[in-house]
Amino acid sequence: MEPASTIRRHARSIARFWSSSLAAEMEYQFNLLIEVAATLITLAGSLFTLSLFFGRGQQLGGWSWNAALVVLGIYTLLNGFSSTLLRPNLGNLVKQVQSGGLDFVLLKPMDSQVWLSLRTLSPWGLPEMVLGLALVVVGTIRSGAKPETTALLTGGLMVLAGITILYSLWFVLAATSIWFVKIWNATEVLRSLLAAGQFPVSAYPPALRVVFSTILPVAFLTTVPAEAILGLASGGSLLAGLVLAGLSVVGSRALWRLALRHYTSASS
Amino acid sequence: MPIVSARGLSRSFRVSEKDPGLAGTVRHFLKRRVRTVVAVRDLEFTIEPGEMVGFLGPNGAGKTTTLKMLSGLLHPSGGRVEVAGHVPARREAAFLRRITLVMGQKQQLIWDLPPLDSLRVNAAVYGLDDREAARRISELAEMLELGEELHRPVRKLSLGQRMKAELMAALLHRPQVLFLDEPTLGLDVNAQAAMRRFLADYNRRHGATVLLTSHYMADITALCPRVLLIHAGSLFHDGSLEQLTQRLAPRREVRLELADTLPDSAFSGYGELESCSGRDVRLLVDRDRLTTVVGRLLADLPVLDLEVRDPPIEDIIGRLFRQGSIEQP
Repeated sequence: MEPASTIRRHARSIARFWSSSLAAEMEYQFNLLIEVAATLITLAGSLFTLSLFFGRGQQLGGWSWNAALVVLGIYTLLNGFSSTLLRPNLGNLVKQVQSGGLDFVLLKPMDSQVWLSLRTLSPWGLPEMVLGLALVVVGTIRSGAKPETTALLTGGLMVLAGITILYSLWFVLAATSIWFVKIWNATEVLRSLLAAGQFPVSAYPPALRVVFSTILPVAFLTTVPAEAILGLASGGSLLAGLVLAGLSVVGSRALWRLALRHYTSASS
Repeated sequence: MPIVSARGLSRSFRVSEKDPGLAGTVRHFLKRRVRTVVAVRDLEFTIEPGEMVGFLGPNGAGKTTTLKMLSGLLHPSGGRVEVAGHVPARREAAFLRRITLVMGQKQQLIWDLPPLDSLRVNAAVYGLDDREAARRISELAEMLELGEELHRPVRKLSLGQRMKAELMAALLHRPQVLFLDEPTLGLDVNAQAAMRRFLADYNRRHGATVLLTSHYMADITALCPRVLLIHAGSLFHDGSLEQLTQRLAPRREVRLELADTLPDSAFSGYGELESCSGRDVRLLVDRDRLTTVVGRLLADLPVLDLEVRDPPIEDIIGRLFRQGSIEQP
């Protein structure tokens, strides 16, 4: 089958995945109300934290508060993205391995990694993503930067790279459940990693700064994209972010293929 | 050209073992004792297109492992397997479109939504357009006698209805090879019969090849002219059910209804006394002596009624496996 129709089929399947997961979410009206309330409370919490930021006129690791706000905006965006897609799907991956539900995924003529990564969509992270975008816009404008189109495009690209890196790490951790079955809570590990990206990397003590830019890719999740939007990023860090994103996707796919060779399928 | 062929197909698993209790747990944590367990050993068989084959064996014989290798979920540890011209473990899209695996204990339908929603998802995954999907759904629904159940959330369906809907989801892409692992598990007698009628009908309509495991021998006797029996991972029998009975049960069961009760000793010399309750007596008689023995029984005893039959296949196979080992005749 030619690639175009395969892509079309995948796209149509994903659309149905998402509409069915929204439908399943709507099935329980009371639960829906609770989720809406929880989302509003979370948003209020984030806004309160932000109001504390606005109250002070200092610098944070060489960043003006408004520039740091762009970092926080990107963090909020990524956090919302995790709640929308990463947590529901990749958390489920571990369960599917335990219960043997993975069998049904592997029997379908569809890329199993795509299926497992995009099967459900939880709408409750979407407001957070919107808030994140708003923060990025507000931070950029107030910091006085007049971003050019190239800076915005590079920034968008780097945000995508950050999302890709976060996704790949998360997927790799979840995929190891094929070997260990009972996985230590990958979700929490990744959340804390991401949480470190709330502030510009330069705000951390030097030792952590090194760790966050080399061993753990925290810098590439939020700081580098923010720098790109503000037009402050060095060519080197942009390139490094893109290369890392590319490698992480390739790595996660390679690991998944290897994992499937070792899949033993839950008994009967 | 066979549509399924297995040559020296084997699969082993590494399992760790643990003694009970705290001491056992500590030892288990510090030093794993790992053993290799052979689940399937050197299976050799082929299946022609359109055949319906029963796959028999006690729990743990390797039936499910074999089905998972045939459908590409497990990589074999040894040997070769080919299904519909493909190597299953590569899981090529063209292969996956031609097969299905139904697992009685697992379900793919979305629990909170009506089956139709799950069917819509599968239709998209298999690249069926809406018209074609609707046509196939109504055909399957008619064959399975499902109607408004398709609009009710899966969690509100009975087990029988849910299993039928599961079959619809598994067959929407019209596979040519069906691997069915306990498709009637837990269903009541009526639902089992409906399922059997459906499978026979599907096989006739689409010329599909079916490999079926079941704990209910009635499924096998009704559907499968040919059975594969595996025991401890190895193929023990490949042929008709009658041949299997002949091979495993060289004796037949003679049931007598007598005019009077007689002591057990009265039946010695005819065959093995299987049971004797009041005037109903059951004897097991060697096949080659059957006619002589029946003649003598009628002449010697006050027989009101006499019936000769094969002992139920469940009993034969069950007894065989309880004994723990099969002696090759």
